[in-house]
Amino acid sequence: MPGLLQLTLRDSNLIMPEVMLSFFGLGILMTDFLLGPREKKWNALTALLGVGFSGVTLWELRPLALQHDQRFNDAIVIDPFFIFFGFVFLAATAIVILISVRYLDVEDEHHGEYYALMLFATVGMMFLACGNDLVTLFIALETMAISFYVLSGFLRRDRRSNEAAVKYVLLGAFSSGILAYGFSLLYGMSGSTNLNAIAESLGQRPPGDLLVVIAILTVSVGVLFKVAAVPFHQWAPDVYEGAPTPISAYVSVASSAASFALLLRLFLGAFWPVRADWAPLITAVAVLSLTLGNLAALKQNNIKRMLAYSSIGHVGYILLGLVAGNKLGLQAMAFYIFVYAFFQAGAFAIVVVLRKKGVIGDEIEDLNGLIFRNPGAAVLMLIFLLSLAGIPPTAGFIGKLLIFWALVETGHYTLAVVAVLYILPAVYYYFRFVAAMFSREATDQRPPIISFGQWVALAAIVLVTLVAGIYPEPFLRLATYSILTPFGL
Amino acid sequence: MLPVSHYIYLSLALFIIGVIGVLTRRNVIIILMSIELILNAVNINLMAFSRMWGSVDGQIFAIFIITDAAAEAAVGLGIIIAFFRNRPTVLADEMDLLKW
Repeated sequence: MPGLLQLTLRDSNLIMPEVMLSFFGLGILMTDFLLGPREKKWNALTALLGVGFSGVTLWELRPLALQHDQRFNDAIVIDPFFIFFGFVFLAATAIVILISVRYLDVEDEHHGEYYALMLFATVGMMFLACGNDLVTLFIALETMAISFYVLSGFLRRDRRSNEAAVKYVLLGAFSSGILAYGFSLLYGMSGSTNLNAIAESLGQRPPGDLLVVIAILTVSVGVLFKVAAVPFHQWAPDVYEGAPTPISAYVSVASSAASFALLLRLFLGAFWPVRADWAPLITAVAVLSLTLGNLAALKQNNIKRMLAYSSIGHVGYILLGLVAGNKLGLQAMAFYIFVYAFFQAGAFAIVVVLRKKGVIGDEIEDLNGLIFRNPGAAVLMLIFLLSLAGIPPTAGFIGKLLIFWALVETGHYTLAVVAVLYILPAVYYYFRFVAAMFSREATDQRPPIISFGQWVALAAIVLVTLVAGIYPEPFLRLATYSILTPFGL
Repeated sequence: MLPVSHYIYLSLALFIIGVIGVLTRRNVIIILMSIELILNAVNINLMAFSRMWGSVDGQIFAIFIITDAAAEAAVGLGIIIAFFRNRPTVLADEMDLLKW
């Protein structure tokens, strides 16, 4: 281990995407004072610029990624996995910024801190995807999580938002504590906080070693809390329902993708030598998530709550890719996480559009007769719900198909059958909402207004959802690039 | 000198007390205190292991955890105050606006 921290100018180039985001986030906090109460939407522009600059610097890192460059005393690693997840986070952030502007105007809570916190959360996610050291990973996770606690309680005058924030901060901090305990045990076993060194020393311990089992158990509990898998999911429905709708989208898309990045870094990196110890645990959690998520979603009348439970079901599908654990399974995971980020955000974006003065817009009645009020929004919602249910020709179908294939290929026939069967309740509860849009009388005749920014976001989302469903080839190559190359599988 | 295992047992005890506190207490302030207890268990672990391996990494990690605990407590209490302004209660089971 090198004795001194060796930093060069080239090192700082490697964290340029994060530096850009922090820089623009701080810039928003400063320029916010200069803007009048009606001019706050310019903060959104600054935030989008920050995301743009971050994206450009991230793109510049591609040549380094192929060399698997590790710097900052191996605390971060620049590899295709990081580039891939970095772009997923930036895309999600851009989409959420675009759908937020009008929402915050309607809520009359337009403050610059909102966009600054979003950028800081993105910094945390980026470091979560490139961290190769327990300290880096933990601080990155907390940077992201603490920003999200504040964002979910951003509507200070709204009781539901307050309550969502309290529940999120208590359960989030609890899970971080458990995760930190697991990290301290990992450090104790290996004498290093570096993931490569931890993988090496875990591989040398006898199979079924008690300390290894406890460490893996506590770390898994912490990470599974963050991805909202059963039985650690209780916070998700409350936070999704109570938080401002763009933030619900952000938590369910970006926070979940970032937590999966952490999960993959740990399980494919540090824990890969002892996978016999954790495979049964992940299988059980995946099946429980599928079951509870899909069954509890059946009786929800609140769209955001239904999306929360169905997202728990989707987490189950993604985890099944890890259970299969072969090339196709991991490829399916990367593909699923990527496309899911888009159509899940799309469904939330429609709920954002339904929000207007005096109407929260998240109950099933608010969708009634949407086809007559705003045909464009209704058709888009139909596409997103089809994709969530996994019906061709959408990206959601390809994602589920890859997971099933991977399960069959590795001989998990029972799991494959169970996973296919849970599509039936999914189709039922998504189509309740489709039926409300297309066949019920409109209770509220006012057509929802979609701002320009929201149209841009919706167009990008629907493009990815349909293209990845009809011509998945380039997306599959992207998945191979991102996940199979870096872990040498 | 005490063997490392003693410190591990102490930290395990603190950790379990913290977890039980979070799961059984109704007062959100006490839940936050229990979370602090868990983080302190982590710090004891890190210190003991750092001593055992003779490496400084664990101590650095502990400083970061202390910082994080402070940030979390600040944000947590801020959120609880925001909640309290609209609804004067600190009992977790009375936060029941959101449920199925």
